[in-house]
Amino acid sequence: MTDQRSQAEIVRQSLKQRYRKERRFRAYGIAAIAVALAALVILFADIIGKGYAGFMKTTLTLDVQLDGEMMYLDDASDERQLKMADFVEPLVQALIKEVPSATESDRDAVRDLINPYASVTLRDALKANPEWLNTTRTMTFLAHTDVDVYVKHAGDEAYSIKLSEQQQAWVDQLQEQGVVETSFNDVFFENGDSRDPSKAGILGAVVGSLLTMFVTLILSFPIGVAAAIYLEEFAPQNKLTDFIEVNINNLAAVPSIIFGLLGLAVFINLFGMPRSVPVVGGLVLTLMTLPTIIISSRAAIKSVPPSIREAAEGIGASKMQVVLHHVLPLAMPGMLTGSIIGMAQALGETAPLLLIGMVAFIVDVPDGFFDSATVLPVQVFLWAGSPELAFIERASAAIMVLLTFLISMNALAIWMRKRLERRW
Amino acid sequence: MQPANLLLLTLVLAVVAYGLGYARSRALAMPLGGIRHLKSLPFYYGARAALWCGIPALVVLALWAAFQGKVIQVLVIGSLPPEMIPADEGSASLLLSKISNVASGALPPGFVEAPIVEAAERLKALRGQSRMLMTALVISVAVLAGFLGWLRIRPRINAREQVESILKWLFFACAALAILTTLGIIFSVAFETFRFFEKISFIEFFFGTSWSPQTALRADQVAAEGAFGMIPLFTGTLLISAIAMLVAVPVGLLSAIYLSEYANKRVRSVVKPLLEMLAGIPTVVYGFFAALTVAPFISDLAASLGIEASSQSALAAGGVMGIMIIPFVSSLSDDVINAVPQSLRDGSLALGATQSETMKKVIFPAALPGIMGGILLAASRAIGETMIVVMAAGLAANLTANPLETVTTVTVQIVTLLTGDQEFDSAKTLAAFALGAMLFLATLLLNVIALKIVRKYREQYD
Repeated sequence: MTDQRSQAEIVRQSLKQRYRKERRFRAYGIAAIAVALAALVILFADIIGKGYAGFMKTTLTLDVQLDGEMMYLDDASDERQLKMADFVEPLVQALIKEVPSATESDRDAVRDLINPYASVTLRDALKANPEWLNTTRTMTFLAHTDVDVYVKHAGDEAYSIKLSEQQQAWVDQLQEQGVVETSFNDVFFENGDSRDPSKAGILGAVVGSLLTMFVTLILSFPIGVAAAIYLEEFAPQNKLTDFIEVNINNLAAVPSIIFGLLGLAVFINLFGMPRSVPVVGGLVLTLMTLPTIIISSRAAIKSVPPSIREAAEGIGASKMQVVLHHVLPLAMPGMLTGSIIGMAQALGETAPLLLIGMVAFIVDVPDGFFDSATVLPVQVFLWAGSPELAFIERASAAIMVLLTFLISMNALAIWMRKRLERRW
Repeated sequence: MQPANLLLLTLVLAVVAYGLGYARSRALAMPLGGIRHLKSLPFYYGARAALWCGIPALVVLALWAAFQGKVIQVLVIGSLPPEMIPADEGSASLLLSKISNVASGALPPGFVEAPIVEAAERLKALRGQSRMLMTALVISVAVLAGFLGWLRIRPRINAREQVESILKWLFFACAALAILTTLGIIFSVAFETFRFFEKISFIEFFFGTSWSPQTALRADQVAAEGAFGMIPLFTGTLLISAIAMLVAVPVGLLSAIYLSEYANKRVRSVVKPLLEMLAGIPTVVYGFFAALTVAPFISDLAASLGIEASSQSALAAGGVMGIMIIPFVSSLSDDVINAVPQSLRDGSLALGATQSETMKKVIFPAALPGIMGGILLAASRAIGETMIVVMAAGLAANLTANPLETVTTVTVQIVTLLTGDQEFDSAKTLAAFALGAMLFLATLLLNVIALKIVRKYREQYD
């Protein structure tokens, strides 16, 4: 009796400590989740903090006097003359007029506030409207990248301001006058890559991504669904089927860079296909996403109850008719969901595309499947490697665009799963 | 015609064949007294004609498109004057890119020798011819085969069975693509690896402790021989993966335990998708985060503590990689913990154990093999991860275990060796494939073991 009582006593005495341990264990769990979520929040905050300014551009609105004499131009419809004419001088003169404290001797300092591409903008405008010659026009030009950085990040220690004290004072003054303004960065969405950050955009990369994804989708979805149908509905129980399944499971876990090696060795070196084109990128990503699509499609086919098949067979449908007329339509929402997730993976993939040469510096927007192109994640990679902080800003902005695509794709997948998938 | 347009045209032809086949079967059936006298529905006769028309044409198109580039290259090289025919593959690929640059207009003809300009002309002509031949061949195959298929429509033919068996073979071919892909990986990697070992000895590669693949461009330069010892890469990969696992395993495992044992439904439904979001973020974004935020933060922090840290420390790359892997560990462990039968849990709780004691002493040991499998899968992910290390880890192959120093990994070296200009038979390029082979084998091994452990464990409670 005494022994039992002491045992109960021991238990009671240890209870406090055991409860403390229980609370501690629970706290560890909460801490772990907090760490993971904090990482997510910090990641997003960091990227938004670095990149939101990328969606803004700095412009100069100037009254440009298109003086033919100053530009060495007397006929603006003459191509040859346009090529030789001086389009920088009118811009510099217009800007000097806005800065009363600047004199002719500050010419170079004033010129450095204007984007090098502004003269091209002016030439194109004049080419389109030759009658503008010898008139004064109010036009908006991109400011120099250094001005852009100063306007957006003055006082931020991370950014080095390259403007001189005098130039900074001018820009402050011009901002008050409303000559220097920041507005939504449409250039970022309308241009390809450029050496000049304020002129660089993601359109080329987005089009490249779309072309690559199109190739991936039209190849991987039908092939993946067909493979899943075969394995679920037709495959006999034999060694070959087992071998196929083992291969699919292993391919799903092979590092993506290995698919890049495959693409390089087979598509480029063996078949002699061109480098850095969306077709090859799409083929490589197809091979990479196929296992994901096959696995999710098989799960979707499996979830169709056997009663459907038996009913169809009962009224005389052949095996193929059962599958194509009854099982496939019912499994389709699940297959689509899996494919969207697979496509989202492919859209964010970078490593294999580096190996097949989709890292080239490409200014033009690609206009076909066999045209050199880059894709959005690779563009991020290229800009992130730049020493210029203005490019880092573009890279963060591009990441935001990429994440928007990915999150909407995943949201679509979740929505489809909830709305279309039937529970039996 | 462009291959893409030709593809569309072939599909249009197949649709036409379908329509004609459909019409012919009906026309044949009419004198017999209606389509009930056909062996199959008209749809199947049409489908049969469409398959006859489309499949051979598509096969021809695919083969032509796949091999035309190589054949043209060989023809162009062969047409060069004998003294210009390149001796080895490396100079051949250089010469070819020169020729194609001239052909595309990127390189003005004035800058190169006359035979190259001629070769460029020839290349352009051959490309045009090849495209025309391909168009002609594909269209004639489609029309001819489609016509044959159309001609052979008889009411007695069981078109449905034929169509179904063709479809079945097509489905099989799609499934067999997985084998083909694996074979493709093995052969492409193995072939180049063998060539690598013809140049560099086995022992140097596996046991050498220095890695500097920068071979000289000219043979007479100093240090023409690079060093190809993979030990520093191997240890670098292990170091970064180990750091990643140190972050991911405790965080992932503890959050999985909390979510499956303590959290109520509402918390689960919010936290789980958020954790899974970590898995959906592209690796290039993590790389950006590691290289531009975490790495400077770590080196500043270390500097303020008076420790020296590299600006591309293994810690930054590994830590961020760990964050990326958290959802793999947590969702795999979650599955395994949930698979432990409720009776074990109830039994332990009924004996008076607290929840944490139940977890630690009953459920965790029961789930351990599955969790180990999940951790191995996550480790293989970490070893094969590329973008984070390319952006945040360095290129210097240091043999060190200090997480604050720069190390390099197998994947970083593969990317560095294969981006930019390359000659295809230099030891440098081949080394990338040898490293790829090692990476493939290592991850394959980890996956096979992991899958085996998971499967074996699952059988216990089924």
